[in-house]
Parts: sequence; structure tokens; C-alpha cells
Amino acid sequence: MNSTNGTTTSVVLAGVGGQGILLASEIVARAAMIAGYQVKTNEVHGMAQRGGSVIAQIRYGKEVFSPLVAEGTARVFGALERVEGIRFAHYLAPDGLAVVSSQAIIPVTVSSGAAVYPMDAHDRLKAIFSRLIYVDAAIIASKIGNIRASNVVILGALSTGLNLPIEAWHEAVAQSVPPKHKDLNLRAFEEGRSQA
Amino acid sequence: MIELLSGNEAIARGAYEAGVKMACGYPGTPSTEILENVVHFKDVIYCQWAPNEKVAFEVAAGASIAGARSIVTMKHVGLNVAADPLMTLAYTGIKGGFVAIVADDPGMHSSQNEQDTRHFARFAKVPLFEPADSQEAKDFIRFAIEISEQFAIPAILRSNTRVSHSRTLVTLGNRTEGAPVGFEKNPQRFVPIPAHARLMRVALEEKLARMRDLACTHPANRIEWRDRSLGIITHSIAYQYVRETWPEASVLKLGWSWPFPDNLIEQFTAGVKRVLVVEELEDILEEHTRALGICCDGKNFIPNIGELSTPRLQASRAKMEGREIARPVVPVPQSKDLPGRPPVLCPGCPHRGVFHALGKYDVIVTGDIGCYSLGALAPLSRMDTILCMGGGISMAHGMVKAGEPRKVVGIVGDSTFFHSGITGLLNIAYNKGTAVLIVVDNRTTAMTGHQDNPGSGATLMGDPTIAVNIEDIGRACGIKRVHTINPYEVDKVVKLLGEELNAGEPSLIISRYACPLDIKQPVGKRRIVKEDLCKKCKLCLKLGCPAMEGRDGQAPRINETLCAGCGLCHQVCKFAAIAIAEEVK
Repeated sequence: MNSTNGTTTSVVLAGVGGQGILLASEIVARAAMIAGYQVKTNEVHGMAQRGGSVIAQIRYGKEVFSPLVAEGTARVFGALERVEGIRFAHYLAPDGLAVVSSQAIIPVTVSSGAAVYPMDAHDRLKAIFSRLIYVDAAIIASKIGNIRASNVVILGALSTGLNLPIEAWHEAVAQSVPPKHKDLNLRAFEEGRSQA
Repeated sequence: MIELLSGNEAIARGAYEAGVKMACGYPGTPSTEILENVVHFKDVIYCQWAPNEKVAFEVAAGASIAGARSIVTMKHVGLNVAADPLMTLAYTGIKGGFVAIVADDPGMHSSQNEQDTRHFARFAKVPLFEPADSQEAKDFIRFAIEISEQFAIPAILRSNTRVSHSRTLVTLGNRTEGAPVGFEKNPQRFVPIPAHARLMRVALEEKLARMRDLACTHPANRIEWRDRSLGIITHSIAYQYVRETWPEASVLKLGWSWPFPDNLIEQFTAGVKRVLVVEELEDILEEHTRALGICCDGKNFIPNIGELSTPRLQASRAKMEGREIARPVVPVPQSKDLPGRPPVLCPGCPHRGVFHALGKYDVIVTGDIGCYSLGALAPLSRMDTILCMGGGISMAHGMVKAGEPRKVVGIVGDSTFFHSGITGLLNIAYNKGTAVLIVVDNRTTAMTGHQDNPGSGATLMGDPTIAVNIEDIGRACGIKRVHTINPYEVDKVVKLLGEELNAGEPSLIISRYACPLDIKQPVGKRRIVKEDLCKKCKLCLKLGCPAMEGRDGQAPRINETLCAGCGLCHQVCKFAAIAIAEEVK
């Protein structure tokens, strides 16, 4: 297929509206910018944010055209919720790295009895991804001091699958979070990175 | 300085740099964040939310005719509401540059249709600019302001979901001020009585002819010569997908896409062997290219429904070349048996109480557009129609007068009531209707991210102001039965609804409670399920609350981080199995 995708690195993040996907996306984009790349991102706003499944897409390289990641081309894929890790798995390239949080958020469709939450999510993730890091991101973040930093834990692990320098990540985290949460988020990032 | 900006942030920045003094709009995804970012420049740009897009358009038109550079922002369906002033402002023309910024939503991520705003540019006979990334979004605002002033004509800048909500790098510039404000009386220009309008009509065609020539050499339009065996005419975000799908092809990129730059199109197509038109949604460019006598491909290969993307164009390319579509080497989507995760009313949402109460009666509910549209989904399933903003009120009346045997309830939100619900209410009072109307007033425009409105007591620029009273408006419209309820008081709401449904005259119920997400406060104390008392009747699960987690064969569990303490589940439980958490421990 004629495509310039080869020179562009694609990242996909998935989760549930309200989990901090947009902040995570901003950190990846900033890290790539700091590393000197052209960057494009895309996020979902509006109706899809009310507790629904959300994905964010980040692409960087010397020259980036589409802000959207084609299925099967993401170099890394991060999911903040384990079923969302399965739902959007097809974005990852066959040799890509997947980082999935073990956290489970039960959708209303399950609560109302219309659907079943799969209990074998971890096994299914292992079967789908050849390179999988399955992280207790919520537990790690809670131990550090704030469950809301789960997104940055996932990014830490995810960063091992990308070619951006560690300094760029640290600076991107520091720039993207409020100053009073900077140290906590940098620790979350390092904890995540050590899971890889 | 270079920054990573969303298209909407870039449009706001562009307005600042282009010397805009007036910015007005009505929230609507994907356009909302434009004004939310313009407010950062409120020292030099007056900005405001208007009750609806027509009002916003007229405010900006007045400012422009007085001489101020002005923008008005809305989503695609908003331009339907503002179409009336648009069609005639094209005749009278403007003074300070005027740009209507309209964001389309191909693929209907957050919309009820995917109409193509390019039709409106041609319909109204006004120039159309279509950026393909944030840099262009910023730059094209300046172009549009310049062209608007040069030809004394309103312009449309058409964004879309991917341009507005993608972030790309933007080089910032400085602000250039426009001419000073000062209205100059000129009835032949600004008073389109028939005698004047007929002259304006002729002048408009002359402007279009001159714009058509200028568009051929304007920097918003460009030819990228590469291999000449295929030449692609494209626009907007589709350009990005074209560059990835046909990196070797020559491209005519139209950023100022209407009036069609005929000479440029002819020059480009003459230089290539085969012509393909790649446009998102309608076949507007393709049809015109054919009308110029140029043979081209287009919608015979390119989808006309939904968003384009690189993979979709790769499929189009394969079809054009008579190849099989290369099978993706990726795992097939693994999500077939996964539980869906649709958007839902939030934990503690005040709308839930109203829908629960409506569920007690065999009524038809006509609704409209807002968070409460989610009340149409299971398990609440308590909204039966959605058409447009304010439509629920008028349609309820229509059903009643048609002789619908069941009672009919119309629902609007507070923002949509101000948007276009008031005229519907007036109509019901005037024409002796009997529908029950409910305004679910959560004191904000919640779905688009909590924008202020005439009922919320604050302006976009952050100043306190009047908070319009919906009850007073109802009474002023001639509605005699006006009631205000707290939607969390289940029994009272159910009882009142029963009374009003049988009143035999129009009734207005205002369900008032501020959106907990907006005021950032839980509604009450967190609840817990007492498992020993729970009979597993699942009544609480019918509320569709995301905090209430149903478990097979077990008592439901309330997610302690999600529960907003609204107490609805507590009230509907017949076995006293739900209690305030802190009182149990």
C-alpha cells in the first residue's frame, strides 16, 4: 500500500470518559514536541464523553498528515480499563506494545443485565497481544497518593515502546499537570516505567 | 512562537490576530471551544453566548455593520437556525469583516444529522473557507476577514470534528486592528426593501464573479504538482487523508472552495491525465467539475456517507485500481461480545428523577437535544422522539391536536428552552393545547461542557447578570398551571405528574436542580446496599445509574467513587435495602 505511514509514529489511548485520557494524550504530544517532532492529536468531545468509551490518538514524525490512526498501525496502545483494552485492540500494529490497566469499570449495560462483563479479560488480552504489559495502575497510583494518576502510570509503561528520550517525557509530565501534582505524577510515571 | 493548538483554539487565536472585536455564538459540538478560547482575549474582544444561533448571528451582524470585525460560531445544525439572517446579510453586505464559523460533524459523533455546510455557502452566495489543520484554521480566519471586507460580504469558515478537535502545531502572529467603529447611514446598502434589494441582488453576482477570479490566485488555494498521471481535487481534512493514500499524486487543495475557482480547476485538470475529486460528504466539487465539462471520478469511488479516513480512501484506491483491498494484518476487532459502553446520564444526574417518574405513566414523551436525550436509551427508555432544539414542545402540541389517544409530554432543557422553546410554549397557550411541558432545568448548558445561558446568572465574560425565571416566562406566555419540582423527590414528582396529565389544560413543570458536575458538589450522602435486606428485585438497576453495579445472582453494589448521593435508588427500593453509607457503619 502506498502510504507515508512508515515515517509517522502512532499512539492510541483508550478508556472510559472521565479517566484522564485527554491529559495522557497531551503528555504524549508534548513529549513528542519537545523531542522535535511534528505532532497531531485527535480526541473525542461532546456526547461520547458522558461515561462512554473514549479514545485519543497521537501521531508524530517529520511530517504528519492525518490526525487519525489507521487500524493496525499504532506502535503503542494504552488502555486505562481492561475491557477497553480489548475493544480498541485492533488499532495496534502486530508487533506493537500494549499496556493495559487491570482496572474494571462496569458499564450500565452490564448493571442492567443487558450484557456480561468478561471475567477472562486478562487471558483474552494475553491471547490478543504478543507484547502486553498488564499493570495494576489504579493500585499503584493509589499507593503513590492519588488514583487519578493511573493514566500517568500507564504512560510510564507505554513510554518504553516509543523512541522519545526520557527527559522529554519528564518535561512533558511537568508541563502538563498542575505544579502541586508534579512530583506525584513524575513518580507515577517512573513506577509505570518500571513495570515494563 | 509555535504551539500545539486544537482547531478551535487556533480559530480563537486567529480571531484575535485578525482584529476581531465581537465574537458571539451558541454552544454545539464540535464548535463550542472556539468562544471558550476567545474569552481569553476578552480585553480586546467582546464575546458572549446568545440564546440561539439566529440571535448570535444578528448580534455579530449588527456589530459588523457598525464597523467591527466580527465572528459568530455554531455547529452545522445551528446554521439552520441562523439561515434567515445569513441569506439577507449576503445581500446587504457588511462593513467590518464578518465570518460565520460553522463546524460540521461528518460521522455524527455528537449530532442528529451530517448536513454539509458547503451547500449553505452556495445557497447564500457567500465565500467559503475550509481549513485542513490548526495552522490553516488560524490563517484562514484572517483570509476570511480580509475577503469579507474587500467584497463587503459575510464569509463562512467551515470546520469539522477532526479539524476542530485535532491539535496540530501553529505559529502565532500579532494582532492587526481593523478600522474604527462608526455606523454610516446608507439605506441603499442596509435597508433591503424590494427596490434596494433588487440592486443588491445584481451587486451580489458581480461580487461573486470578482471573487471567483481572485480565488484562482489566492494563497488559500494551491496546486501541488507531483506525478501527473492522477490529479486529485480535495478540501478540508480530506486533504490529509489524500496525502497519505496517494502520496505520489498531484493535488489541487481548495481552502477557499466557493465560489469555485474555475480557472484554477481548469488549469489543474488540464495538467493531469486522470482527475479524481475527493470530498467528505456531498459531491459538490465533483458536480461542478463535471459542469465545467471536465471528466472526473469521485463518488463512484469515494464514500458519500460518514467521515473519510486514510483506510477508507485506501479502499477507494484499491477499487479504482481494480485490486482486492489488502487484508489488514491486524487482529480482527475483538469486541463482538464485549459489553457496550454507551454514554449515559451521570451518577446523580437530576434528569434521572424526571425520567423515572415518566416511566410510571403510559405517555408519549417528545424531547430534544441535550444531556437528557440520553433518557431515550435503556433502561430508562423514556423519550420517544427527538427532532431539533425546542422541537419537543411544539411536537407535543401537534400530537395532541392530531388526536393521539395517549397523553403527551414535551421535554426541553433550560438552555434549549431559551434557544427555541419559548415560542412553542406560546403556541400551546395560544392554540388551547393540553400537553404537559417539562423544562429539565439544571442551570447550565451541560452536554457541551457547562456553558452559561440566560438562566444561569453569569455571562461568558464572567460577569454576574440576571438569571431569567422560567416560571415567569411560562406565565407571561399564558400558561396558568406552572409548577416547580425537585427531581430527587420521587413521590412528589410522580404525584404532580399524575395531576398535570389530567388537568385538561397546558401545564408547565420546571424540574430544577443544578448539574452536580457543574457545581462540583455531590447531591447528598453516599448510599450503600444492605445485602441482607436486598431481595434482588433489580428495581434500582432500572434507574440506569452508572454507580449502581448489578451482579449476577448477588445484591447490586454501589460504586463508592461514582455515587453522587442523589438517593433515587434509596427512594425506589421497596425493601429498605439501600441506606446512607455513613449511617450503616
